[in-house]
Amino acid sequence: MASGIRDKVAILGMGCARFGERWQDDAEHLMVEAFQECLADAATDVTQIDAAWLSVGFDAMNIGPSGIPLAMALRLPNIAVTKVENYCASGTEAFRGAVYAVASGACDIALALGVEKLKDTGYGGLPVRSRGTMFDMVGVTGSAPGNFAQVASAYRAKHGVSKEDLKRAMAHVSVKSHANGAKNPKAHLRKPISAEQAINAPMIAEPLGLYDCCGVSDGAACAIVTTPDIARGLGKRALVTVKALALSVSNGWELQGMGWDGSYFHTTRIAARAAYHEAGIKNPRQEISLMEVHDCFSITELVTMEDLGISAEGNAVRDVLDGLFDADGAIPCQIDGGLKCFGHPIGASGLRMIYENYLQLLGRAGERQRSTPPVYGLSHNLGGMPNQNVSAVAIVGLLKN
Amino acid sequence: MSGIVAFGAYVPRLRLQRQAVFAATGWFNPALKTLAKGERAMARWDEDAVTMAVEAARDCLAGVERGDIAKVMLASTSLPFADRQNAGIVKEALNLNDVVGTMDVTGSQRAGTSALIDALEASRVSGPVLCVAAERRRARSGSEAEMINGDAAAAILVGPGEPLARLMASHTMAVDFIDHFHSAGEDFDYAWESRWVREEGYLKLVPAAVQGVLQKAGLKPSDIDRFIMAAPMRGVHEAVAKACGIASEAVADPLEATLGDCGATQPLLLLARALASAKPKERLLVIGFGQGCDALVLEVVRAAPATPDKMGVDRWLSRRKAENNYIKHLFFSGLIDLERGMRAEADQKTALTALYRNRRGVLGLVGSKCAKTGVVQFPRSEISVAQNDRAIGTQEDYPLAERRARIVTHTADSLTYTPEPPDYYGMIEFDGGGRMVTEFADVEATDVDVGKPMRMMFRIKAFDERRGFRKYFWKAVPDYLAPSGQ
Repeated sequence: MASGIRDKVAILGMGCARFGERWQDDAEHLMVEAFQECLADAATDVTQIDAAWLSVGFDAMNIGPSGIPLAMALRLPNIAVTKVENYCASGTEAFRGAVYAVASGACDIALALGVEKLKDTGYGGLPVRSRGTMFDMVGVTGSAPGNFAQVASAYRAKHGVSKEDLKRAMAHVSVKSHANGAKNPKAHLRKPISAEQAINAPMIAEPLGLYDCCGVSDGAACAIVTTPDIARGLGKRALVTVKALALSVSNGWELQGMGWDGSYFHTTRIAARAAYHEAGIKNPRQEISLMEVHDCFSITELVTMEDLGISAEGNAVRDVLDGLFDADGAIPCQIDGGLKCFGHPIGASGLRMIYENYLQLLGRAGERQRSTPPVYGLSHNLGGMPNQNVSAVAIVGLLKN
Repeated sequence: MSGIVAFGAYVPRLRLQRQAVFAATGWFNPALKTLAKGERAMARWDEDAVTMAVEAARDCLAGVERGDIAKVMLASTSLPFADRQNAGIVKEALNLNDVVGTMDVTGSQRAGTSALIDALEASRVSGPVLCVAAERRRARSGSEAEMINGDAAAAILVGPGEPLARLMASHTMAVDFIDHFHSAGEDFDYAWESRWVREEGYLKLVPAAVQGVLQKAGLKPSDIDRFIMAAPMRGVHEAVAKACGIASEAVADPLEATLGDCGATQPLLLLARALASAKPKERLLVIGFGQGCDALVLEVVRAAPATPDKMGVDRWLSRRKAENNYIKHLFFSGLIDLERGMRAEADQKTALTALYRNRRGVLGLVGSKCAKTGVVQFPRSEISVAQNDRAIGTQEDYPLAERRARIVTHTADSLTYTPEPPDYYGMIEFDGGGRMVTEFADVEATDVDVGKPMRMMFRIKAFDERRGFRKYFWKAVPDYLAPSGQ
């Protein structure tokens, strides 16, 4: 029986670039911006890093293949750099690589950096790309909103929710994230919106309107990890450690098998169970202090509340409208603005989520700092589409002495 | 005895309103006013002669054992490929055996009737021949042809066995009478004066062919119960019938007011329509005109059985949506370029190697069934998707194209590029198992809901404009065979 990752690895430092439409900056600049903050926080030197993991979602119009762009941008001392891509869950995947390397004892100090330069695409939204020769012959090249909007249709059918009620709850999700994003100086979108604005916005993919969709941003985020002992040796006192890292990947059952009704994320349920087990969490609704989930679309966040076991099945609409996940609610969700407003530079997003939980745990989140001291910060990073996806759940918390 | 054993048709759902065409083009060509009545069938952007041929063939083959089919003939003057056999694509979409003849018949509006005559001949030796005709002819904007043409397909299965109708005689004249021509590589027809075409073409060549076929059949003009001829010029069918001594009551409606003239398809489509209501002993005279004339006399042997799983011409005609947007017609026909945005730039290149390997799945919508667990899936895979038994190498072919499906998830995507936004798509689940995510075609917002029944249609998935290729795949449309109210 595997002993799990709990408390074997500590975060030595983290950094995050300002997300947004960084017209003047290349990916290189974004990587350096995140890395500088991270290195200063870690109080270490680039020559101390034993290995690095780089996550990027979209290759072609970004930095190109291999780990070389990271090594070049940071002038890494010819160490191993592994590039990972796992759809929008790539950021957590890079973190996982670095954490596991440290836990194995193969490395003392490892770096995970995610970056995405999306605003060289020429149009809003994600770039259109191939998903392989077979998919391109039989799959639907829909947009990301179109792929995720389908969850809403199935959720309504399953739980008998009216179009209007679901839209109202979805609007609440976005209004809350806009309010949170307004307090975050690094966020892409910093304007509060009203529920009416969200409900009456132009339709992108039925029933998702403009404000049901997250920002598509440039950005980078990174983490330097090590063992708790080394961290203490470097003078760190309050330590944020990794409590759980779970990843679940669709094997085709949702898309090809029978039984999945389209209203939830099968992999998130599996990853969440595994993560709670690894972290020793029995009752997530009681024990999780705050969440950064993959709110690529408002409906995704809403359904994820159930998939993470925070809301009972069919109850997310009520919990959302009750304000349970607002910044001053019992379990704040996207206290930094989320993908919705902090922004979604694909390869960086998973690390950006962990960055916020890390800041909140250390009481360094400034104006948006949660008043109740958090114990566990959960991040949920999802890639692909509802019927075929990669779901990652990472839980971090303060190391008890 | 060899004769017609089954028939079917396909008419696209959109009906371009001729008044809308005139409203847009009448300022330029006021003479079009005389044609600005009624409607014509208009293919959607994702339909061509091949896709419509597949649909007509499926309509024809409902309830028919496909394994016996010896040959597929596809007649058309608007085939998408000049060198990649179009009938071969139809064969793959119908999931027929590889040991089968295929042939494109083209080069004249007479192609449909000529193919049928050949099919009736060949089937005596070869066994069942599927004779399909399909047209999607492009006409220059503001032309008469734009008003007159229609898009449709028809399919006639001929073969041994107790036929619905038997061929009494056929007669063909080849005369290089150029009423219009369409040069290779050109976009449009070039037509000569219509009065000359009527007087010297239709009114002389058709009566000569009719005389020839009646003589061979040993019949008099008055023995003909139905005179089946297209009317690409107003009233030409009636004028010809009169010249042949055929009573006006025997003249079949050429459907110019509701369908338009569908070129090589029209005689076979009108024949399919006649066969649906013809009684035993009725004699049908079918005319195909174009650089000469084909004439066939068929005798009905038995009435066509009632077939709820077939649409036939009339049910397709009643499955209609009026289209008043002339610009949409131009765009769907490639006659106007609208700003499509950068998303439309995505490369649609097909790996022909991969298409060949997966042709049964892609073109035939053949999924698989695990021989061990019975689990059905699409596409086929080495290891079964069944979560409780990951059996390896147990997949057997399982055709899905004829199965009804129901919507599991759906959306209407306004962001992705499609020639007819929003792009409706979602997950569907087939009766009997298997599911897939696919685009929905021919839908209105009210047609799309979880649980709604759908059926598959063979359509163009995307155009590879850079290489002049087109990708075909299957889309879901609202279940046209479902009883109303379902």
